[in-house]
Amino acid sequence: MSENQLPETIIFRIRRLAPRRAEEPTWGEYPVAYSLGMTVLDGLWQIKERVDSTLAWRASCRMGICGSCGMFINGQPRLGCNTQIAELGTSVVTVAPLPNFPIIRDLVPDLRPMFDHHTALSPYIIRHDTEEMERPTGEFYQSTEEMEQYLQFSYCIKCACCAAACPTCATDSQYSGPMALTQAHRYNTDTRDDGFEDRQEVLNGEAGPWRCHFAGECSRVCPKGVDPGKAIQLMKRQLVADYVGLRKKKPLAQLNVKPKDIERREGIPEAPEPTVTS
Amino acid sequence: MIRDQKLWTWHIAAGILILCLLGLHMAIMHLDALLGLFNPFGGHPIDWQNVAARSQSLFFLASYVLLLGAALFHGLYGLRNILFELDPAAPLKKSISWVLILIGLGLFVVGSWAAWMSFQNTLVA
Amino acid sequence: MLEIREHPNRLGIRGWLVGGRWGLDRYLYSLHRVTGLGLLAYFLIHILVTSSRALGQGAWEQSMNRVSGPIFAVGEYLVFVAFAFHAINGIRLALAELGFGVGKPIEPIYPYKTAVHAQRPWVVTVLVVAGALAFIGALDFFVWH
Repeated sequence: MSENQLPETIIFRIRRLAPRRAEEPTWGEYPVAYSLGMTVLDGLWQIKERVDSTLAWRASCRMGICGSCGMFINGQPRLGCNTQIAELGTSVVTVAPLPNFPIIRDLVPDLRPMFDHHTALSPYIIRHDTEEMERPTGEFYQSTEEMEQYLQFSYCIKCACCAAACPTCATDSQYSGPMALTQAHRYNTDTRDDGFEDRQEVLNGEAGPWRCHFAGECSRVCPKGVDPGKAIQLMKRQLVADYVGLRKKKPLAQLNVKPKDIERREGIPEAPEPTVTS
Repeated sequence: MIRDQKLWTWHIAAGILILCLLGLHMAIMHLDALLGLFNPFGGHPIDWQNVAARSQSLFFLASYVLLLGAALFHGLYGLRNILFELDPAAPLKKSISWVLILIGLGLFVVGSWAAWMSFQNTLVA
Repeated sequence: MLEIREHPNRLGIRGWLVGGRWGLDRYLYSLHRVTGLGLLAYFLIHILVTSSRALGQGAWEQSMNRVSGPIFAVGEYLVFVAFAFHAINGIRLALAELGFGVGKPIEPIYPYKTAVHAQRPWVVTVLVVAGALAFIGALDFFVWH
């Protein structure tokens, strides 16, 4: 059905569950007065305001950057705010909570299992020059080419759509999932980071990328184009290369030190005095 | 305990080896009308004369034993991965690993014995 | 802190096969898994059946007679097709999972191409080559013999 042919009233078929009141989820049907440009999130707000105020879901920015409103919409994990009803093209929109996570209530999943895996992979810059890390004296130099190796993977908004789409996450709780593994790769390829060996403790085992079989759904559903599938395969290459002794260690980013033997060109003013002294 | 990083690398390496050896085996068995490989007596590839002819060959003895080992490792590691993805408890995981190792070793011994015996017997005959 | 009563929501094995509006690569994953298990089951029995050649011609021919007949012929053809798909797709997966043919890190400006797009020509190649092998195999199994 093309967007011009959508009826004035769209039915939202929503999976409801109030764990303290019912044991199993049920389906509820709610009418939404449709107008062109409405997102699924707009429809949910309308239902809450006019039809059923007990409906619960997570949302915040309504512009695809906070990652709160991940839902299973018409059989695919998507962001509610990023999904136009017109794009779906159906007169019945089916909304369910993201699969592969326990349901807290209605459309609210418990994402703690994903964040636990994320934490276990040390998603932060690890360096062993502790003096500089504790009392920084300057910035680390990184070229544009070096940044481009990980920039795409840093766009992740932790919406959990990838883990909901992953077939391994459908059954396996030990597998870290696409988000955690992509973030591990993001830090492994960052030249400022020196934690490859530290993360290997987790990555070489059951929680590592070895249970990914490249179904590619994570890359297909990612709303920010992070392409977790690509990151995981690139990471496997690094880890296998490390096992067979072929890994090229990337040069560690060094402090950006101002060259000593340069002179200020004529006509360029001095910097103003700092207004804040530590 | 050998970790997944190593086991997976060997899994892929075994797969490549199987591709060559099992590809040859499939070509001998099922593309014989088209290619006629290693079936010196014509007829069906599984006629005794053809089987005996291949059994006498050192090349086939070596490649069958290699294929057996690689395929058992590749297949049983794949099965172990599938079973582990079903999230069994830790003691059950250990048991699954040991059962699969024993099945693999057992079948490897049986298959290698058969290849060796038929090599010996057909050479004598 | 308020105690949360949660309801489990994993797709389970259904998530390996169906469960949503998945893409082509997801179904190739399911098929690779199914063919792998089928091949393994056949292989374990095959080792035992073909080991009879060690006991001489009589034992071998008795074994082969036991596994002859139309049902076995169709079954063996399915094994051949399973091998054709699993092997050709396996080449693709071995290369992709070692980082070849998945593309480089990019700035994801819409419309960007993901690893799935980069793999699309290889997916089509796999299906065509496996299909061709299955067709030739069918000729060998059912026409030329």
